[in-house]
Amino acid sequence: MYQSFITYRGGRWFWVALLLCAVSIGLYVWHDLPQPPGGGTWLGYTLGTIGALLILWLTYLGRRKRNYASNLGSVQGWTSAHVYLGTSLIIIATLHAGFQFGWNVHTLAYVLMLLVILSGFFGVWAYLRYPEILTDNTGGKTRDDLFREVAEIDKQLLRQAAPLGAEMETAVASSVERTQIGGGVIAQLRARDDSRVVLPGQGLVANSEQKPILDLVVEQLSQTSHREQAAILREMSNLIGARARLLQRIRRDVQIQGLLRVWLYFHVPLAFACVAALLVHVISVFVYW
Amino acid sequence: MSDKIKIAVVGSGPGGISAAAHAAELGVPHVLLEATPKHSDTIQKYQKGKHVMAEPNVLPLRSPVPFEQGTREAILDAWEHSLSQHQVNVRYQARVQAITGSKGDFTLTLANGEQVAAEHVILGIGVQGNPRKLGVDGDEAPFIQYQLDDPDEFKGETIVVVGAGDAAIENVLALARNNQVHIVNRRDEFARAKEGNLAAISSAISGGEVQCFYSTNVVRVDEGDFDGKPGRIVLATPSGEAEVAVDRIICRLGAIPQRDLVESFGIEFPNADPNALPVLSTRYESNVEGMYVIGALGGYPLIKQAMNQGYEVVEYILGNSIKPADHPLLEAKFEVLPYALEVDEVLELLQERIPIFSQVNPLVFRELMLDSNVVVPEPGEVIFTKNDYTNTFFTILDGSVEIEVSEDLVIESGQGNFFGEMSLLSGRRRSATVRAGPFCVLIETPRRTMNKLVNSVDAVKRVLDETFILRTIQQRFAPGVPLEELRPIAKAAKMNQFRPGEVIFEEGDKADALHLIRSGSVTVAKTFDNREIPMAYVAAGNYVGEMGLLGNSDRSATVRATVKTESISLDSATFLDLLQKSPELLERMRDDVKLRTQQNVRLQADASAGDMLSFLMQQGLGEATDVLLIDKELCVGCDNCEVACAETHHGTSRLNRSAGAVFAHIHVPTSCRHCEDPHCMKDCPPDAIKRSPGGEVFIQDNCIGCGNCEQNCPYGVIQMSYRPPKKPGIWSWLLFGAGPGPGQAYDKGEVPRGPDEQKKAVKCDMCKDLAGGPACVRACPTGAALRLSPEAFVDLVSSR
Repeated sequence: MYQSFITYRGGRWFWVALLLCAVSIGLYVWHDLPQPPGGGTWLGYTLGTIGALLILWLTYLGRRKRNYASNLGSVQGWTSAHVYLGTSLIIIATLHAGFQFGWNVHTLAYVLMLLVILSGFFGVWAYLRYPEILTDNTGGKTRDDLFREVAEIDKQLLRQAAPLGAEMETAVASSVERTQIGGGVIAQLRARDDSRVVLPGQGLVANSEQKPILDLVVEQLSQTSHREQAAILREMSNLIGARARLLQRIRRDVQIQGLLRVWLYFHVPLAFACVAALLVHVISVFVYW
Repeated sequence: MSDKIKIAVVGSGPGGISAAAHAAELGVPHVLLEATPKHSDTIQKYQKGKHVMAEPNVLPLRSPVPFEQGTREAILDAWEHSLSQHQVNVRYQARVQAITGSKGDFTLTLANGEQVAAEHVILGIGVQGNPRKLGVDGDEAPFIQYQLDDPDEFKGETIVVVGAGDAAIENVLALARNNQVHIVNRRDEFARAKEGNLAAISSAISGGEVQCFYSTNVVRVDEGDFDGKPGRIVLATPSGEAEVAVDRIICRLGAIPQRDLVESFGIEFPNADPNALPVLSTRYESNVEGMYVIGALGGYPLIKQAMNQGYEVVEYILGNSIKPADHPLLEAKFEVLPYALEVDEVLELLQERIPIFSQVNPLVFRELMLDSNVVVPEPGEVIFTKNDYTNTFFTILDGSVEIEVSEDLVIESGQGNFFGEMSLLSGRRRSATVRAGPFCVLIETPRRTMNKLVNSVDAVKRVLDETFILRTIQQRFAPGVPLEELRPIAKAAKMNQFRPGEVIFEEGDKADALHLIRSGSVTVAKTFDNREIPMAYVAAGNYVGEMGLLGNSDRSATVRATVKTESISLDSATFLDLLQKSPELLERMRDDVKLRTQQNVRLQADASAGDMLSFLMQQGLGEATDVLLIDKELCVGCDNCEVACAETHHGTSRLNRSAGAVFAHIHVPTSCRHCEDPHCMKDCPPDAIKRSPGGEVFIQDNCIGCGNCEQNCPYGVIQMSYRPPKKPGIWSWLLFGAGPGPGQAYDKGEVPRGPDEQKKAVKCDMCKDLAGGPACVRACPTGAALRLSPEAFVDLVSSR
């Protein structure tokens, strides 16, 4: 019932792109040209025009996506076409260039285009792979739900630590306060636990995966002979374990959502750069004609 | 006892003020009795600065007291001023507890024991009801209150809240921030609370922020000095008596319905239905001669209506026969009629010609006509089309119509008959196409008005129900058989009601009846390994239980209501009668059975499909007609759906993508499912919520912002929101940085707001005004968002 943008309408745009490539290759192979293959032949101009128009149209997806009331196809259809026709550019642009590359603005436009397409490939892969992982990771809960669960555990931990003495209280309170999630782009994508904790006799130390604080509680548990205190400590160790798992999931959630977005920060600026280089390429070709 | 006065007005709401001011301006001896220390208690309780609308706009105001839309404060000030300007004899804190006597000699007994004698009584006490008191010794103590306006007003106090409903819980949670709060719950759990409140109070109690006394009753309240506090509450807890010294006690025990009080005055209601209204004459006089009922209590919830009635009632009491303020409205309405008759004559003619309305009291009928439309269609014109979602009710005043149920069932219906009751009662699509015949004149009555009538006039309900059964049996089982022959079968049919989750019949039971689902929906489930696995979803308009009846055997599956469901059941004897009358029915039913069996087999192979179906039903989708479902395997969380919704709907998204439950990668986000029988429509004072032919439930511009629909929606899909100004176009944003860009909202405080602007209810309208359909679905780049009707659920669950 649901269709991804890859299988959209039986992969309609895949076939269109395939046809476009096949015709381009066919013409390239079949035609006996009076001069070496390249942008200057009639086939070169034709492929160049198709390629340039495609690039402009592909860039226009950013506008179409924001045309919320538009009735011109669905955004899913546009995405599907964007992916397949964008991919076909590799063939079309290469044939347009006739495999002539050099250290010039023309090749710069070509390289930029390839970079845009490559970043797009990562996007496609991310869109196909991550949604399922995202849902499985959080079990269908929202990130806010997970944060609420953490806050609930925090409250319980602080309450339980209160009667266990100042050192324990400081340690638990600091482990809660100095829990670290996210941060800059790198930190979000790395999803490592940079939390810290104040431990008795050690001061502020790393609290990776909440293990040091858990170790502290477990050690206290092994030393206490007080029954009630043991019960509290046991409960606390369970809570810290549950809390660590929740934090792990939140970090993973931040990471995946980051991965689903970060490629666009390359894809879009590169696309603009590509359009600019394309413009220079076209103008310079006509100036030096 | 004081001297007898001409008119005693009970309740100083808009109607009461208007009546008393008019009496004062005419120099009629009167008194206005108000239970609380201020007039217009209900409106006083509106939140600060609330904008009050003056719907219906077409109705002129007829009152010495001014009223136009504006803030709560402006309106209350104007009324206050009016009360003193007209020197109205108003008595505050004069709660009327009893009224005895008869016209010309009524005695009103006040709470303080004082008595007032009056010739006529006007009741304008609204429907809010008085807060239920503790009912123990000391419950008049000054530190007991029944309302909490601003929880931040109190700090550092010890407060006991009595009650276990949502109001009590919300108060407790708000107060607990700055005070020591106890909550007294008569039961051992918070059974009546909404889920969110339940979770919040449970965590506050387990977290020690709030102390709860479960299974506890209040014994008494003492005044005096208790540890420096002004009072003490004594409680009977399961472990003995407990005492708490308090600064304040807040009782949230709900309200005593006005009906009990009103009935004690001798006023009769037509039936026990909680929505029933007292029977009134065209002059708003109740069955107790000399006692008049105006405003919300009489079924008129809008301020302007109540004020007009206040004025009119005083005129009637003085023996003046004035035309009601709505007279010109009706006159305009009847202009299209091909008769040269006065308004009152037309009304009489209508009641005479249309039997279903003949029993209705003239005042109610007048109101009904105010809401209704007179339609004079050209011959052959389509009134409504089969499968439309409209739900108005039609009566035929003149001429005839042709009702085409199917190709082989076309019925002609003439003067005095009605049609459209099927959709009205079931909330389902139209079951026939109706075309106008020659000289046809129709009355089209909105669904809400009709429902009000059905609730208050038993005769109308009975006729509608009987006709519904008869016509349904004809349509579904015996298209070729004339209605007259089917009448005995319809008589033997039974109407049944089921609560959500209730079993209609169980696997293994003896098959004794067939159920035709009239409203709601059911699931059909089988038991495998001691687990009940639903295999099919059956919507209203279809039948269940025919398999057992045809095979004359035991039930092969359990059928359960998914939501509140009504069915019409035929027992086996009646069913056999029907089979004799309509022999081809057997053939058709066998085909149906075959189809159903195939479907069952398809789903049986896969227990997870059943689990998915149960999940969807748990989300309340059994009453949906169209719902947004997201496939989590495709959703990248870009929120383009929400943005598209906001951008196409004045800046407010009507769906919350991330909220809502998920099961096996199917996500039910918070968004409108366009219920069969929409909860939001239940109590809309200006009747602003409508259903379009395509099924979209939407809110019109005449919303008054009361928030009833927001509260009534069990799925939280209605919000109250301002309408931001139009955004500049994309190019002026891109090139000149003007306004927020596409998909961005105005910052808070950035938007200048006029004094007249107010929040109105907003909800999904399924983009009924956009050519391409729902923007959320069309804006999804990955195809994760789909809108489905429940009929597609079986395909959905079996395709996974």
